[in-house]
Amino acid sequence: MTNDSHRDTSATTRIERHHYDVVVIGAGGAGLRAAIEARLAGKKTAIISKSLFGKAHTVMAEGGAAAAMGNVNSRDSWQVHFRDTMRGGKFLNNFRMAELHAKESPQRIWELETYGALFDRTKDGKISQRNFGGHEYPRLAHVGDRTGLELIRTLQQKIVSLQQEDKRDHGSYDARIKVFAETTITELLLDGDRVAGAFGYYRESGEFVLFEAPAVVLATGGVGRSYKVTSNSWEYTGDGHALALRAGANLINMEFLQFHPTGMVWPVSVKGILVTESVRGDGGILKNSEGKRFMFDYVPDVFRKQYAETPEEADRWYTDPDNNRRPPELLPRDEVARAINSEVKAGRGTPAGGVYLDIASRLPAEEIRRRLPSMHHQFKGLADVDITKEPMEVGPTCHYVMGGIEVDPDSGAAYGSVRGLFAAGEVSGGMHGSNRLGGNSLSDLLVFGKRAGGHAAGYVDQLAARPRVEVAAVETAVETALAPLQRDTGENPYTLQQDLQAVMGDLVGIIRREAELADALVRLAELRERVAKVSAAGGRRYNPGWHLALDLRNMLVVSECTAKAALERRESRGGHTREDYPTMDPQWRRLNLVCSLEGDTVRLDRKPLPKMRTELLGLFDRAELAKYLTDEELAEFDALAAADAADAAGKETH
Amino acid sequence: MGTKRNFRIWRGDADGGELTDYAVEVNEGEVVLDVIHRLQATDAPDLACRWNCKAGKCGSCSMEINGMPKLGCMTRMSTFEEDETVTVTPLRTFPVIRDLVTDVSFNYEKARETPAFAPPADLAPGDYRMQQVDVERSQEFRKCIECFLCQNVCHVIRDHDENKPAFSGPRYFIRAAELDMHPLDAKTDRKEYAQSEQGLGFCNITKCCTEVCPEHIKITDNGIIPMKERVVDRRYDPLVWLGSKIFRRGQVPQTSVTSEHSPGAVRSNAAGGGLHSHAGGSHDPAAETQAQQGVNWHREVPHPTAPAVDASGKLPLTELTFDRAAAPSPFGDDVTFPLPPEHLNFAHPDQDQKH
Ligand SMILES: Cc1cc2nc3c(=O)[nH]c(=O)nc-3n(C[C@H](O)[C@H](O)[C@H](O)COP(=O)(O)OP(=O)(O)OC[C@H]3O[C@@H](n4cnc5c(N)ncnc54)[C@H](O)[C@@H]3O)c2cc1C
Ligand code: SF4
Ligand code: SF4
Ligand code: FES
Repeated sequence: MTNDSHRDTSATTRIERHHYDVVVIGAGGAGLRAAIEARLAGKKTAIISKSLFGKAHTVMAEGGAAAAMGNVNSRDSWQVHFRDTMRGGKFLNNFRMAELHAKESPQRIWELETYGALFDRTKDGKISQRNFGGHEYPRLAHVGDRTGLELIRTLQQKIVSLQQEDKRDHGSYDARIKVFAETTITELLLDGDRVAGAFGYYRESGEFVLFEAPAVVLATGGVGRSYKVTSNSWEYTGDGHALALRAGANLINMEFLQFHPTGMVWPVSVKGILVTESVRGDGGILKNSEGKRFMFDYVPDVFRKQYAETPEEADRWYTDPDNNRRPPELLPRDEVARAINSEVKAGRGTPAGGVYLDIASRLPAEEIRRRLPSMHHQFKGLADVDITKEPMEVGPTCHYVMGGIEVDPDSGAAYGSVRGLFAAGEVSGGMHGSNRLGGNSLSDLLVFGKRAGGHAAGYVDQLAARPRVEVAAVETAVETALAPLQRDTGENPYTLQQDLQAVMGDLVGIIRREAELADALVRLAELRERVAKVSAAGGRRYNPGWHLALDLRNMLVVSECTAKAALERRESRGGHTREDYPTMDPQWRRLNLVCSLEGDTVRLDRKPLPKMRTELLGLFDRAELAKYLTDEELAEFDALAAADAADAAGKETH
Repeated sequence: MGTKRNFRIWRGDADGGELTDYAVEVNEGEVVLDVIHRLQATDAPDLACRWNCKAGKCGSCSMEINGMPKLGCMTRMSTFEEDETVTVTPLRTFPVIRDLVTDVSFNYEKARETPAFAPPADLAPGDYRMQQVDVERSQEFRKCIECFLCQNVCHVIRDHDENKPAFSGPRYFIRAAELDMHPLDAKTDRKEYAQSEQGLGFCNITKCCTEVCPEHIKITDNGIIPMKERVVDRRYDPLVWLGSKIFRRGQVPQTSVTSEHSPGAVRSNAAGGGLHSHAGGSHDPAAETQAQQGVNWHREVPHPTAPAVDASGKLPLTELTFDRAAAPSPFGDDVTFPLPPEHLNFAHPDQDQKH
């Protein structure tokens, strides 16, 4: 190889170097959409992913992508979608992100069709949309129950098509956009306060690689691997969250984790794997061991108006949604998860510690197979259960982190002391507030992926000089990465991971208590010492033990953020339930908890939530706002409403 | 609740390796991937294996279990006898990186070569209208999770690296089929492309790919055969012609593939006996090996092509329906002379030594 692309950083390590304009870390929906946008803006773009191209977590999304296209119910509009999103997030959402998301999702979905996506269709040939928890109208564009696969494959194929253009115009597929699969980034490198590059290793060979780039887009997904029972894969170790923290960015809302109400609970080995919400959207109901359809007992006051009170009304809703209220099985996820949790605690659970989800008695077998093919397949293959004949056993599983990098809503640029860092997708925070609605993630990936990619390209354009990577920083990164291999006295990374999962699962789980959270922080501090001394057996080539050892420190710092923020927030809201503070507190709604890194300790600050614009506030009933806003805020709202009314009256008299 | 089971797992890298025995605890309801994870957490922390979703959705955990290409996360331990030793080896068609991880970049290269969806020029985003029945055929192929098990099992490239440049494999035949059947794709030469660039002609419909597909995509019946049949509109593929004469659709003979099978020869059964062989016709392995030293018999020769057959499988013998007033070329319409050298069935004696 040439000296150009290689340079000695130390006597022993030769490091491969690449130069790009924009480096996108993560090849899920958000990362791929960002990369497409950066490439369309003419930037030389790299996509980096821990697993193979097309295997990122997005592939697992089932239910669909929420966008107010109004194909099934023409009353739907961005305003209604916005309202649902804010309600779902219990008004803690960054309103601007929720607004952009609701407005831009339809275009982003339609655009996918021009890339070759084939969604399920309505009778008049438009994209079909399905019902989902928390969405007022049928809104989720879907392909059976493999929407995530369709999304990622479509974006993957769009990237291929761009590469084919580049091959035609420049002679090489990789001329302007290149995918580095099975490559893990362990460190972001800075020049002062500006991003200068990213450092990582090829999983395959264990060789190091350095990307020099003035702009980095983080799209690394979530953190669920810190929990015992999770629907997330090994990739979800919070790398992006931790990389951002270490680079000087902030995380917000880290106390909010979504526990999906319906994970498989049996057999043990598949515990946590998701049962899509569409099962409920398509008529599935939840029953306890006594055969009772218990969700009617768990409709909270804030939702009373929208949800049916009797099974008869609920059942009519599937065919006549305009004149009936929704079945309570379709309440937002946090409500359903808590309800299941209570039933099981009250001793009305199944043998494996879940409840029954029954679709078999509700739809003909043929219809179940057609509408829920991959669920049918999954239960048949993994549990030997035929869902057209028997009910499923389900329980809550750690699914999604609402918290993430605090970003500028319009551009996706990270707040904090760093410049040139952008974030999109699950790794960014704010959009979903305290709880994400199903289906809002896939559209979030597209909307903010595009924005982050575009703004990263714009940022590169206005830079006067390219930031430079410091040799010393690279040397440190190399040492840190090699350390676990060179120690042979430390603990096995798998043991450490299990201990971490136990702490988070037992002490920072669905229901939280002050004493347990404090205990968790003590244990995390102990774990931190142990993780600092972890050792990995074997060599550098494709060594999963070593890879996990490196991921552990990311999992740990992110877990600390979650535990700290959970201890601080003394209320229950969305994905954060405190047994000792069981209700929502309007004062807390006005605050985000912001984590940053000081040296290597996590620092927590309170920061006021941006104030919603009045015309957006006006989309809600006063009665509804009263459930979320403080008295002062309500008084302000009333004053504005009165002024408006006076205004209107004034205009009429003229 | 757990019992000890015996596992033999291939450990090694590009330089070679061996089957290593492990006795592992197995619990009720577990799958092979769980057992591999338990091994990683205990005896073999550096055992390399790919996985992501653990639910049969991402296609990462492809491996060969007792010789059968399978997804590790979808193979339940209850499908084996208690005292059965379970042998796990990496995919054989692709070069090993380490242990159960193979270099599948071949597939990504083929993906990159297959021309992408061509959007209709006159439709704006949001104006696409398609009927469910019309998208369903393509949707079947879009279920593909890219596990590459079909690629791995296809005898055209399993043990035949030399065929790889000219053969895209079943995964990419159905990609071409998917686009061909896409109601709004603006490109019209998908089938011709499959034949001329993807090496569709190599496929002799053994259906092994369909058998192993974890998504139950009917790769051959719904993808490959229709592509071949339609190609016949312009070209003559002896196989389809033969196939449609002797068998009805869906009855083309099946053969199963296991990893022990002798390389090279395409197993031909009575009915398929007259079909094209990639190994040059000899089914004696020794003779074959010898022959291969001089001539590269694995080299695929383009299929002979002849005039089109009509819907009833007959040759159109009347000039009225034929597109020209003379006899068609016995070599096929789209063969131009001179042939490119790599299509000639001659190999320099030294050429194999490069590898
Ligand atoms: C089972 C399941 C079902 C779901 N269903 C739905 C649904 O129906 N609707 C919906 O809207 N949402 C759903 N979600 C949520 C949604 O799928 C995810 O939130 C979303 O896919 C996240 O996408 P992303 O682009 O942010 O990241 P991902 O798709 O997770 O991609 C992360 C990428 O970052 C890479 N990466 C991570 N760390 C590093 C590193 N250190 N170096 C290099 N690369 C790195 C990974 O390799 C990967 O490529 C579901 C989630 C799960 C788990
Ligand atoms: S039918 Fe047989 S020859 Fe054809 S692609 Fe499938 S496995 Fe290969
Ligand atoms: S067609 Fe089937 S076997 Fe082949 S890669 Fe796709 S899912 Fe796997
Ligand atoms: S791990 Fe995803 S298919 Fe097996």
